[in-house]
Amino acid sequence: MNWKEKARVMESPDMARALKRMAHEIVERNKGLEGIVLVGIQRRGVPLASRLGALLEGFEGMRPAQGELDITLYRDDLSLRYSQPLVRRTDIPGGVTHRRVVLVDDVLYTGRTVRSALDALMDLGRPAGVQLAVLVDRGHRELPIHADYVGKNLPTSSSEVVEVRLQEVDGVDEVWICEKVEKVEEGPERPLMRFAREGE
Amino acid sequence: MAWSHRNLLDVDVLTREDLETLLDQAMHMEDLMDRPVKKVPALRGKLVVNIFFEASTRTRVSFELAEKFLGADVVNWASSGSSVSKGETLRDTVWTLEAMGADAVVVRHSMPGVPWYLRDKLRRASVFNAGDGAHAHPTQALLDVYTAWRHLGSLEGKRIAIVGDILHSRVTRSDIIAFRTMGASLVCSGPRSLMPKDMGALGVEYEPDARRAVVGADAIYLLRIQMERQMAGLFPSEDEYHRLWGANEELVRRARPGALVMHPGPINRGVEIESRVADGPQSVILPQVKSGVATRMALLYLCMGGGEA
Repeated sequence: MNWKEKARVMESPDMARALKRMAHEIVERNKGLEGIVLVGIQRRGVPLASRLGALLEGFEGMRPAQGELDITLYRDDLSLRYSQPLVRRTDIPGGVTHRRVVLVDDVLYTGRTVRSALDALMDLGRPAGVQLAVLVDRGHRELPIHADYVGKNLPTSSSEVVEVRLQEVDGVDEVWICEKVEKVEEGPERPLMRFAREGE
Repeated sequence: MAWSHRNLLDVDVLTREDLETLLDQAMHMEDLMDRPVKKVPALRGKLVVNIFFEASTRTRVSFELAEKFLGADVVNWASSGSSVSKGETLRDTVWTLEAMGADAVVVRHSMPGVPWYLRDKLRRASVFNAGDGAHAHPTQALLDVYTAWRHLGSLEGKRIAIVGDILHSRVTRSDIIAFRTMGASLVCSGPRSLMPKDMGALGVEYEPDARRAVVGADAIYLLRIQMERQMAGLFPSEDEYHRLWGANEELVRRARPGALVMHPGPINRGVEIESRVADGPQSVILPQVKSGVATRMALLYLCMGGGEA
């Protein structure tokens, strides 16, 4: 499967404005930043949480606590995938118990990642509440999950993917809609390789 | 990286990239072990059967914890008091287990090659070698490399001195392969009667004098001396062994400052290692135990995921 870039829907200034608004909404809704911890979902949620943290510091004069959460071991599709996704770091200094967690991710789609993140959070402690901030909500939910703070609502078809690129990870701030194109060239079927037995 | 292994029979199939992936994943698994809730649902619904035909406490418990922390269902199949003692063949036993739905079999056996045999007989379950005779003990090698890597950083150019009964040691055989893959060099020491004939074929040096072998070493790895070897006349007495090859503070001082002291356990205090060394500041014998659970979690996670092809 290959993906072709179809349309660029956000550029650096759009992203900055959206994040600024989301930061204001977080302060407004929580009446300040007391007890708030921003938790970025690996991988692009982590730099987004940092940016929100920096903006909040600018507005309120205090930087909220911040952590990172890896949801790999909580995914509901581990037994369906061909190869295992690699586990990344989970680290929430001070824990989540009695705090209001703002989960941060780049794209909200089926809601399954957020479901996994909620399970992972509950294993780390008992938060006083959990809110969800996403840069892009592209619809097509498969679970009853909604975001509290949304950078951009983006109607998409399910044959498309939304790709968020961030300076910290990808060297550029952009959001693209990409489209599936059928792969023509012949290649080895990589997924089957993991079932080849060693030494054969 | 693409992890392409479903089984682990010995470490010789693992490339340096494979080992580095596994070390990285084990580090995250170790973090998980420090949390109040140590259990994750990554292997939920998978059945792992541990079959130990040879006595083992730490390896069996370590595998069992790793399986349970990842959320798998676990069955411990004891060889005594089971159908095996009624004359059932190994092949029928594993087919029975697979018919019950085993997704993985962890096996220890005194006969070299048994895990390979099982791998060929099983239709779909993964096989993990928990020690076969004097042949291989791949998960011990993984935990040893992980422990050394956590404490020393990169193992490239590091020197490991292994002291003891090399001839009968499946731990050493797998450790040599794994440490060399990571770029370390090794020297072995011990009575000549407990050395394989051709040390060069293993890619390691041999230095009969332990005091010279440990010079420049970043880690000293002591092997358990089994009393039955002395009965077989391979060395004269425990006292003499201790005097010549036992690890005391003086021996440790001859290695690099801060060199690690390692041992696969269980330890014979006063034979291959003195208490002051085993419990001393340079000992990582207990961290090795924790590493064992973390590396086995990483291994099971990487090998057991994925759907059917």
